[in-house]
Amino acid sequence: MAGFSRSQKIAFLVMLALIIISPFVLYPVFLMRVLCMALFACAFNLMIGYVGLLSFGHAAFFGMGAYVAAWTMKFWHVDASVAILFGGATGAVLGLCLGYLAIRRSGIYFAMITLALAQMVYFFCVEAPFTGGEDGIQQVPRGYLFGVISLDNDMAMYWLVAAVFVAGFLLVHRIIHSPFGQVLKAIRENEPRATSLGYRTDDYKLIAFVLSCMLAGVAGGTKALVFGIATLTDVHYSTSGEVVLTTLLGGLGTVFGPVMGAVLVTTMENYLAQFGQWVTVTQGVIFVICVLAFRRGVIGEIGGALRLAL
Amino acid sequence: MIMIFGIPGPLLFGQLLLGLINGAFYAMLSLGLAVIFGMLNIINFAHGALFMMGAFAAWMLLEYAGIGYFPALILAPLIIGVFGIILERTVISRLYKLDHLYGLLLTFGLALVIQGLFRNYYGSSGLPYRIPEVLQGATDLGFMYMPNYRGWVVLAAAVVCLATWAIIEKTSLGATLRAATENAPLVQAFGVNVPRLITLTYGGGVALAAFAGVLAAPIYSVNPNMGDNFINTVFAVVVIGGMGSIMGAIISGFGLGIIEGLTKVFYPEASATVVFLVMVIVLLTLPHGLFGRRA
Amino acid sequence: MTISRRALLGTATAAAAIPLVRARAQGSPTLKIGVLNDMSGPYMNLGGPTSVVCCKQALEDFGVSAKGLNVEVVSADHQNKPDLAASITREWYDRAGVDVVLDVPTSSVALAVTNVAREKNKIFLCSGAATSDLTGKSCSPNFIHWTYDTYMLAKSTGGAMVKAGGDSWFFLTADYAFGKQLQADTTAFVQAAGGKVLGAAAYPFPGTTDFSSFLVQAQSSKAKVLGLANAGADTVNSIKQASEFGVSKSMKVAALLMFVNDVHALGLDSAQGLNLTESFYWDLNDRTRAFTARVRPKTPNNLPGMAHAGCYSATLHYLKTAAAMGAAEAKKSGAATVAKMKQMPVDDDCFGKTTIREDGRNLTPAYLFEVKKPSESKGPWDYYKLIATTPGDQAYRPLAQGQCPLVGKA
Repeated sequence: MAGFSRSQKIAFLVMLALIIISPFVLYPVFLMRVLCMALFACAFNLMIGYVGLLSFGHAAFFGMGAYVAAWTMKFWHVDASVAILFGGATGAVLGLCLGYLAIRRSGIYFAMITLALAQMVYFFCVEAPFTGGEDGIQQVPRGYLFGVISLDNDMAMYWLVAAVFVAGFLLVHRIIHSPFGQVLKAIRENEPRATSLGYRTDDYKLIAFVLSCMLAGVAGGTKALVFGIATLTDVHYSTSGEVVLTTLLGGLGTVFGPVMGAVLVTTMENYLAQFGQWVTVTQGVIFVICVLAFRRGVIGEIGGALRLAL
Repeated sequence: MIMIFGIPGPLLFGQLLLGLINGAFYAMLSLGLAVIFGMLNIINFAHGALFMMGAFAAWMLLEYAGIGYFPALILAPLIIGVFGIILERTVISRLYKLDHLYGLLLTFGLALVIQGLFRNYYGSSGLPYRIPEVLQGATDLGFMYMPNYRGWVVLAAAVVCLATWAIIEKTSLGATLRAATENAPLVQAFGVNVPRLITLTYGGGVALAAFAGVLAAPIYSVNPNMGDNFINTVFAVVVIGGMGSIMGAIISGFGLGIIEGLTKVFYPEASATVVFLVMVIVLLTLPHGLFGRRA
Repeated sequence: MTISRRALLGTATAAAAIPLVRARAQGSPTLKIGVLNDMSGPYMNLGGPTSVVCCKQALEDFGVSAKGLNVEVVSADHQNKPDLAASITREWYDRAGVDVVLDVPTSSVALAVTNVAREKNKIFLCSGAATSDLTGKSCSPNFIHWTYDTYMLAKSTGGAMVKAGGDSWFFLTADYAFGKQLQADTTAFVQAAGGKVLGAAAYPFPGTTDFSSFLVQAQSSKAKVLGLANAGADTVNSIKQASEFGVSKSMKVAALLMFVNDVHALGLDSAQGLNLTESFYWDLNDRTRAFTARVRPKTPNNLPGMAHAGCYSATLHYLKTAAAMGAAEAKKSGAATVAKMKQMPVDDDCFGKTTIREDGRNLTPAYLFEVKKPSESKGPWDYYKLIATTPGDQAYRPLAQGQCPLVGKA
């Protein structure tokens, strides 16, 4: 595969192998949740890792993608692939509108604007009748894929989700290792110089943002179909915080970091649900430890120890 | 009855006054944040949790030591300020050389830990804290009954805000602080203990939050989530005012309280979101906020 | 090497994801009850660990080992998130062998869980959530709504207050489905009893802590009653601020949903004179006092409110039914077990004798209470005086109005 170093190729094959084997060993619904989060984190990582912009409102795109996919599936009974595409398209359009406003700023101001805009999207979701308010959109059928394959079976759904994830993962990879990606890297390293070379940096950043939001929308749409539900939690700022935690824990700017982060965070939430009261504290402690000692995240640390870029 | 835009005059004035009272809280909280960001370059997401700790400290002082409200106004900020200093020395100071965003993430994590711990021990229903006797009751202003306690809040907040502004902008201590943030090595070369100054500044910012917490305790239920509800709005206030500007934080705080109060009259459902709308508009027109001077 | 470390991490993850092994006793198959509620958020004291304690108390009072039943209780925190609750429930039913999900406050979460229960043909006994929709459009053969609902609250508190002279209302409503529904249900009763609604203020939920401006609006409306269509910390805050602004001097405050645990958090100074409806109070009669005495040592900081009592009562009745059917039969089909539960009469220390209707509604009585003045109270938790009682068969929405698809089928 173009752009993968040798170690990354191996890691990719390992990941693929795990994706194929794990549903026979572990609970497929849990794994689907991991994959959706992983795709969401990959989308987020595109912005922070490769463009250098921390978006603190990414849940807006994830959640709106979830709502639109859920709504089209429930009321128009579209094909599952169409519903997911609608989710992605929603993410992209919303990303274009919000990104157009936010891209003009950078650093902390970008983070604050995205947070503010996401809060407004949240408010819209609370008030708009089609989202069902606090109840959310429930009882969303999984429907059929390409009109033939019924997705009610957990395993069938799993393969769809896995395919969507791998496609998204490779898309992110392709973006990074393309001429477009090279320009993004240049912008991150030294924006004034990139501008002086004639690149319209704002446009590049906006396009990257839109792509990132599209993938977040795809992740949201897929999640809505898996669980049959889209709620306010999906657009809430705590979900934005969660994807930041996921990517940070896995390793900002690494290829496999978001995936590892998603595995760890989802497992931890699952496991800790039994202990009820300690979930928030544990998440906070992990955040603190990561920022202080573990800044490169799990994959970053492993990669650093092995002197490989993962 | 005078009708303004279809709303009875007394109601409108009442809401404006209430907005001013809320603005007092916003101003106090954003002041602490602005001080910490202006002086230390740290985006203190833990501010809401520290505000909550201030309220809890007041409650605990009453519950376990029988210490009432007025002494608590001084003791609680001191105690929580010390806690803030410990935090700064152990955890936060390690991040000064890094990108702002790590400070944001660290304090975000700290906030989760603090709030989670308090929730585990004290539950979420909230604990009662009584308004001190001397401030109870309400005054009939003609267009509304204003609870005396709320009037006191506005007064106390205004005094503290102005005092802080005066210290930072008008005294030599403040001047040293400002110099230290612009060029620490140089100030250190002049013999000033810069790290200690920074630590004390963080402690001061935290103490301001705790003071606001004590002020808030009798009005809102003392519960571990009370910081959450404020923190997003307060951040918007700080950004609007300009992230390093003290006066900006004070003015935006009061101003936004009033805007929010007006929104509650005309379109109540949007009252929690209007501050973000203002923030987006301000940021798009004035990149550093109203009074900002830092990039 | 990369591969082995990743595999190691993968295996560790897999191990963590497998639920903890449970000890299997010999004899009859294990019945498993999962208590799912808010263990860390705004509704922690209304459900939380106290519900688990009450559920386990039912096991003890029923005498499970003496009756030859193996019963296990697990619990989890749904953090008031419907999707988290749905996935926990799904995993419980699919993988952990849970037969009954219990409690579940927060209406949107309950709606999500009842769908999963129906899909998997297991049982859902809801004690904590309010929406009357659960026995209306969203009713299910796998579900029983145990303790209370929005209609019962509206009828009891709303209806009674209008009769007592409160014929003009102003609502302070949490701007989400639960608050709006509570307001709508109560409005219907107020108007049916000849009263008027003079206005309403909907505030953003969650996140609003300051109600002063809405309270000022309420005062200027000159209504006689302030109806609080909200719950938990919002209710506590609105009441505190109402007394601060002297609203309680000119208006009667009706807390449409309030638990004794909220009163405890508020303190009698602020809560005195409030009217509210619950279906259980620890000091109501000898049976409730006996129950409370048994449970008290296990939950020293919190007394059972109606949701907790509901967990006890539902668990007890489920055990009786399972013992009558035999554990293996009871595990097979949730709908069949629920049908049997509806047939058997319910009788326990918390609610006394009640019946369960076809649509899954357990007809508990509705007690209208007034909160005592500090001078009238003899100590902590002695908070209520009983004003009126609505018997179970009159307290709830008539079957015909519910639009429940189950009603009318044989």
